[in-house]
Formats: sequence, structure tokens, C-alpha cells
Amino acid sequence: MHEISIAQSIIEIAEAKARQENSRCIQVIKIRLGEFTTVVREALEFAFEVARLETLAENARLEIESVAMTVRCVICGSVSNPVRAVCLICPQCGLPLEVVSGEEFQVEYIEIEAERV
Amino acid sequence: MDRVLVQTNVLKANQEVAAENRRLFAGEGTVVINLMSAPGAGKTSLLEATIPALKGQYNLAVIEGDLQTDLDSQRIRALGVPSHQITTGTVCHLDARMVARALAEFPIQKLDLLIIENVGNLICPASYDLGESLRVVICSLAEGPEKPKKYPVMFHKADFVLLNKTDLSPASGHDLKDLMTNVWEVNPRAVVFAVSCKTGVGLEDWIACLREVIASAAWQSHRGYESSNLCSQA
Repeated sequence: MHEISIAQSIIEIAEAKARQENSRCIQVIKIRLGEFTTVVREALEFAFEVARLETLAENARLEIESVAMTVRCVICGSVSNPVRAVCLICPQCGLPLEVVSGEEFQVEYIEIEAERV
Repeated sequence: MDRVLVQTNVLKANQEVAAENRRLFAGEGTVVINLMSAPGAGKTSLLEATIPALKGQYNLAVIEGDLQTDLDSQRIRALGVPSHQITTGTVCHLDARMVARALAEFPIQKLDLLIIENVGNLICPASYDLGESLRVVICSLAEGPEKPKKYPVMFHKADFVLLNKTDLSPASGHDLKDLMTNVWEVNPRAVVFAVSCKTGVGLEDWIACLREVIASAAWQSHRGYESSNLCSQA
């Protein structure tokens, strides 16, 4: 259960950006989360509800875009999406497949309320 | 409402500290192993079987990560090598900052090999780079052959995979070949060792390989290479 510390990291990154933009109110945090990571979407959503309290993201909504796992054979070029029971051997060539996507885990953008002076 | 692009890796703070650790290790020419497995797969037993074979020849030390107790650290000190315990409380993995803090009170000068025994867990430690040169994962045959498929990220990122407790094959009814196939399918590049820390079978290959890694790092350090990172990091 490392989702709490991950939710805190997400909020720290978002807060740093919001401060840079002179905003004290984050409304949306959009992240991209690959399927081939160790983070569970539901657990992260739950952790975020707790971690956002008393931060600039107190009223923020967490938007999670799932990124499918895609693998490609460097020899025959065939592309596929392993769903369950990952196998990284090309069924045609018998050689290792490279992971093209699914390892993403980044804060994409934030939406903020601009500070009115 | 304004949209502001961020495009920052969520684990960036950890990666920055890990890079700093890695520079520090490279400067000393120290090979650093991040040793990971499920609880009870044999991390500490592997150290007990490995350290006596290497300690006369090299300067070794161990950092132990555990939620509670320093029992593992005591087992390592009994072998006559320095050991530092990181007690994480409730945190299920070590991160680069915990290692950096440990290094402040645990000098690594002149160390050839530092082994960091991570918290027993096949999920969270996979995401946290500590600044290691090699990621080593142990899986025991007694756990059954499916672990690599159930925890593919951990096995996919490993440089070396040790399959331990091979002596339990008849008693557990699990076939080593099935476990090997599953490791190969999630990580075709991994170097795999089938061992039994209890009987000593297979350990000589593992220890010979470690000797090669240490010699290669010493050579790179001597040549003034920037990084002691021997295997490509994803």
C-alpha cells in the first residue's frame, strides 16, 4: 500500500506548479497512469481523498488517464496489448518484445483558479 | 480557470535522490545491489550463504530494511560484516531518501559491495530506484511457479533472478521448469540462477558472477568512468 505516499508526491508536484503560477487553489490534477506499473487506480483514488486535505488541492478532482500496455517485436514489428499473464516473448520470432507503453506515470497538467489581486 | 502543463514524473523526487546516491556509489567504485523478494523467499539466507565466500577478498556491508525489529541486521553482524538497519515503521518499501539518510551515518568509503536488503514485498519496492547498480529478485520454488506472472513489474525490472529452495521441489510438488519459464516470459533478459541456500546447490555460479561484477566495477572506477551502473536502467 504505497498509494498514500504516491498521492502525496502527486499533490507536492501540483502544489509546486500552482505556487509558481501564483495560485492557491487547484481544481483538477490530471495524471497518466500506465497499466504496467505497480499502482492501483482505485487505491490511488482513495489515497488522494485523504492526502489532499489541508493542501492547495483540498478541493481538487483527480483525473486518471489509463495508458494501455503495448509491446512490439523489434524483429517482425508486430504490436500487441498483453492483457493478463504478461508474456514478453514474440509468438512469431521467439525473441524478447520491447515495452512501448504502459510504464507511464506522470502529472500531465493541473487546472487552477488564478489569484485575483 | 487556467490549465497549466506539468508533465512531471510522479516519482521524480525519488529519482533525483537515487541519481545522487548513484553518483556517490560510482565515486567510491562500490557495486550496490537492491535485493528484493516476497517475505520468506530467502533474502537474509542468501546473504548468509554469500557473505562468507566473499568477505575475505572484498570489503562488504549490508543495509537491512524492515518494518520492525533489527533481527536480520543481527544475523548479518554475526557474520562479521557491518550492517545498518533501516526500520521503516509501516512503510512497505525502501526509497532513495531512506538510503541517503542511512549513508550519512554509515560510511561507504572503500566498500566493494553494498547489499541493500529491501522490505519483503513484491509490489512497492519495484517502483523505487535506490541508486543501485543491480536489481536482484529472489523467488522461492516453495511459493509456486506463478509469482513472476502475478508480479510482472518486479520481475521485469530485475537484472538477476535467483530461484531459491530448489531442494523443496519434491516436497512442494512444484516444478523448477515452470517457474523458469514464467521468469523468462516476463523478463527474457534476466540472468537466472537456480539455487538452494540450504544445501548450497547453485551458489557457486552466483558467487562467481558477483566476483565478475565487482571486478568489472573496480576496473571501470579505475578508468574513471562516470557511472558504475553495469546494466542498462529502464
